[in-house]
Amino acid sequence: MKQFTYTVSDPLGIHARPAGLLAKEAKRFSSVCTITKEGQTKKLTQLMMLMSMGVKQGDTVTVAAEGEDEEAAIAALQSFFENHL
Amino acid sequence: MITIQGKGVSAGVAKGPLYFLRRPNTRIEKQTVEDTGAEKRRLAAAQTESVRQLEELAEKCRDEAEDAAVLFETHAMFVEDEDFVACIEEQLEEEACNAEYAVEQAGEQFAVMLAAMDDPYMQARAADIKDVARRIINNLTGAVSGGFDTDEPVILCADDLAPSETLQLDKSKILGFVTKKGSNNSHTAILARTMGIPAVCAAGDALQEGYTGRLCYIDGETGELIIDPDPISLAALTEKLGKQAERKQLLETMKGQKDITLDGREIMLYCNIGSLEDVSAVQENDGQGIGLFRSEFLYLGAKTYPTEEEQFLAYRAVAAAMQGKRVIIRTLDIGADKQVDYFRMEKEVNPALGMRAIRICLNRPEVFRTQLRALYRASAYGKVAIMFPMITSVWEVRECKRACHRVMAELEKEGVPFDRSTELGIMIETPASVLVADALAEEVDFFSVGTNDLIQYTLACDRQSNDLGKFYDPHHPAVLRALKIAADAAHRAGKWIGICGELAADIGLLPTFLAIGIDELSVTPSAVLPLRAELRRSIAKTCTLDMLKC
Repeated sequence: MKQFTYTVSDPLGIHARPAGLLAKEAKRFSSVCTITKEGQTKKLTQLMMLMSMGVKQGDTVTVAAEGEDEEAAIAALQSFFENHL
Repeated sequence: MITIQGKGVSAGVAKGPLYFLRRPNTRIEKQTVEDTGAEKRRLAAAQTESVRQLEELAEKCRDEAEDAAVLFETHAMFVEDEDFVACIEEQLEEEACNAEYAVEQAGEQFAVMLAAMDDPYMQARAADIKDVARRIINNLTGAVSGGFDTDEPVILCADDLAPSETLQLDKSKILGFVTKKGSNNSHTAILARTMGIPAVCAAGDALQEGYTGRLCYIDGETGELIIDPDPISLAALTEKLGKQAERKQLLETMKGQKDITLDGREIMLYCNIGSLEDVSAVQENDGQGIGLFRSEFLYLGAKTYPTEEEQFLAYRAVAAAMQGKRVIIRTLDIGADKQVDYFRMEKEVNPALGMRAIRICLNRPEVFRTQLRALYRASAYGKVAIMFPMITSVWEVRECKRACHRVMAELEKEGVPFDRSTELGIMIETPASVLVADALAEEVDFFSVGTNDLIQYTLACDRQSNDLGKFYDPHHPAVLRALKIAADAAHRAGKWIGICGELAADIGLLPTFLAIGIDELSVTPSAVLPLRAELRRSIAKTCTLDMLKC
């Protein structure tokens, strides 16, 4: 399993637009991609669950990928977070 | 008189019959089914159709409303969201019910979950989920969505309007909106403000369907909805309506008119824009050109230096959209209050007097060259002019021109098309540039005054400071005299001068600008028509320089 932690700097947090793009990004990989905030873990492909976590600016989350293409998945997710969130 | 008090979310008064949005099949009956497999197949077909519709909607509004396009794409993802689908299928299995009911129940569950969140933005997304569920249900029942069919213009009422519903509405038939629920952030409020029509939301259950067809007034300022107004209210509302119509009509008549005073002095009335999306506002408000295109958006919105190609595409898009009208693009103006991380600038004690704008470009020739190449390449697709900010000395302008010549030589060698006669101008925003305006005018094709910085530097008042109040006086004679000195210098050299700072839209200063001899005013798009109206009733010859006196 690969993972990284990230502190969200987007003023709106993970709102609908980036959540949608994030889910789309995670679907490209066969690995199971998850996000954890304060002990609560959701799959990144669970769009509505992801939104319902209410990740805000300043929140620190852990993003993980597990599966055959976990290396590529985590790299793609890391760059997604850095560029959009 | 019946008065319903809501919340005004889009200003203005509207008068018209009330019309309640009729949604197809608002009530879903629960039916027991034997073959849940068949229901699942119906569900799958409705989902596929919903996704297709949403993608089509996204494409339809891609060019004019990128945000809406992304919203519809997100809705398409909601339709296929694995938890949402699992929840629907679970309902179907457990209740052995029709797909419509299962979708409605699942939609409710998810909407409740979002509505319970401690975040107004997420609460507002509950409407999105319901919207998605309604779309799937409509596709299941084969009902046509819309629910709005009227020949005469009406005030549209609903409990709340979903984004996809608002897009499908025939806007020419809507005078205003009233919703039972909603807030300042809801889609209806945003749409109404964009359309420039009044809206009242949070009217509550007092808004009854029984009022359908009744003539009513809504006031988007006070948040009132009034049916059968008493004589006093009627007089007040009628007066508001009259003034509003008068003003709107006057401004409409300004479209397509020349920017000319009664005694024949023509002014170039241009617009300031900060991104590609603003071009449509320029066209709607009949701006005659773009007097300031801030190129910073390309740098501020990026994680690293924008490439020549990215910049070229952006500049070309604006130049082409303006169809031969002048588009003045200002080269990179960062530093001071606009910091960009990847430039890795040293922290400065006094950034307003530090490494900013043209100083960065002249110190980093590669950054400058990339932008100039993109600008010259775009010049082949419209009437591009290049403007350099924060000039204080003649040598800076000469260095800028040398950089331009180098770029032109490169492009020529590469056989890339560009316009050799692309105009070059400078911003007048420092007292130094005013004092040497004579010499600067010899070097360039035009001046454009950035009043915000000119005021800051002339009056030694930090424009970011909120406490300076009366000391930060845009009408200070020193500022206006500076304008006059720069204008005289420009005209002696046969060049033109404009103003692209906020002061340009100050209607009270128009006579002074006319007296000074300002040739161009560049303002926010919505200020064009009011300014044109004022200009067309001005007489330039009678304008005086009284405001320059102390």
